Amino acid sequence: MAQKQFSGVTVDVNDEGYFTNSSQWTIDIAKAIAIEEGIQLSDKHIDVLSFIRKSVAGGAALTIRSMGKSGIVDVKEFYGLFPGAPLKKATKIAGVPKPTSCI
Amino acid sequence: MRNLLILGAGTAGTMMANKLRKELSTEDWNITIVDQYKTHYYQPGFLFIPFGIYKKEDVVKPKSDFFPIGVNVIYSKIDKIVPEENKVLLDEGQVLKYDYLIIATGTKTSPEEVEGLKGSQWNKSVFDFYTIEGSVALAEFFKSWKGGKLVVNVAELPYKCPVAPLEFVFLADAFFTERGMRDKVDITLATPLPGAFTKPKATKLLGGLLEEKNIKIIPDYNISSLDNEQKTIVDYGGTVIPFDCLVTVPTNKGDDMLERSGMGDDLNFVPTDKNTLKAENYDNIFVLGDASNIPTSKAGSVAHFASEILTENILCSIEGRPMTASFDGHANCYIVTGHGKGTLIDFNYTTEPLPGNFPMPGIGPFGLLKITRMNYYGKMLFRWIYWHVLLKGKEMPISANMTMVGKKL
Repeated sequence: MAQKQFSGVTVDVNDEGYFTNSSQWTIDIAKAIAIEEGIQLSDKHIDVLSFIRKSVAGGAALTIRSMGKSGIVDVKEFYGLFPGAPLKKATKIAGVPKPTSCI
Repeated sequence: MRNLLILGAGTAGTMMANKLRKELSTEDWNITIVDQYKTHYYQPGFLFIPFGIYKKEDVVKPKSDFFPIGVNVIYSKIDKIVPEENKVLLDEGQVLKYDYLIIATGTKTSPEEVEGLKGSQWNKSVFDFYTIEGSVALAEFFKSWKGGKLVVNVAELPYKCPVAPLEFVFLADAFFTERGMRDKVDITLATPLPGAFTKPKATKLLGGLLEEKNIKIIPDYNISSLDNEQKTIVDYGGTVIPFDCLVTVPTNKGDDMLERSGMGDDLNFVPTDKNTLKAENYDNIFVLGDASNIPTSKAGSVAHFASEILTENILCSIEGRPMTASFDGHANCYIVTGHGKGTLIDFNYTTEPLPGNFPMPGIGPFGLLKITRMNYYGKMLFRWIYWHVLLKGKEMPISANMTMVGKKL
């Protein structure tokens, strides 16, 4: 298993940089990952990350659509906060597994 | 007398009516199946209609041809399920009580979900090929089209038959090549997926084919709206794609009846145990086929494999035994690659499509992740098997759960 250092803390990640142990996550670590992704975390970002962590802990499978219905952001805002591939970036920063697209 | 009720008489519901009528005694069990439509469509055939390979007549039969003797058939819209009272309300006020319920109402396309998609260009330069109307209209359009930008767009995940958009662009490449106008048609596939497919080995083969055929792919594309005047689509990331002909795979949703019943997720798919196929929260409701939210392909092959597991589990449940059968998410898809050839993938929840032979190791006759003529014949022969074997619930020489035999890691 790969490991990575963020703000002085070592965490377990997979080949793509997603956390394999969600409990190792802290806000400081999130800020460090976000900077790697070119994002400066605002309060709104942190609200989204908390929603993602709570949903995943509850067993929900996240989609762009479900984020749009989260009550925190609509889909456009979600893209604005995490440009490009928002769900992939946001889950990485939130320290949860990459959502699988089942087809 | 006890009642087993099946909602939906498509591939999944029809197979279950046939299988369960053989298993359950007519003295103890009424079986009733409900559907609002009288026509059964061979949906895998829709793909071929735009290219003149099939015509409408080739994919249509009356549903009544496929119901076994001893099953009550009701043609009606469904208002809703009242699971707390074990009853289903039909549109005309009729009430059906059930001891066991199977939900097999499938998935349908909802172009309304994307702003502008079903606008003034609908069926003029914007088409779908997941409905008979759309694929027939597209066939007419292609007959006289002079070429331009052909864009195939998948709106949202999940969608029925995940390989169909790939097959569509492969067939389009072959169709326009054979008409001597491939140089006038620019083909682009814009998809929310990260590549041609989700799993590495199949993505490599299929992505390579796209490149070889000069088909452009735009991955991670989540459409936001369509501009009917400019003839462009834009995604949430701001990427604008102009088109002369847009072929859309609209958002897929489960039946609205499930929303009215309070039983669907945010796309009206029913939360279902992916192994037992029982609806979560209800002990006498099962879900088969595209109507469920199980994490595998929405495809007839999946409904077929799962129907064997479901039959066993319903019988266990009726007899008060623990459910012994467990579905593994098995899917098996023939993929047409154009010019009379095809490939084949076989996979489940945990095993990605691997190369090899199918169903017999070393012999085949079908090649997994190989491009062969035999695979194309398999796809074309399948229509006969569908009508004569599969829908009637007869045994097929392929195991319900996936096997590693014949596969190479």
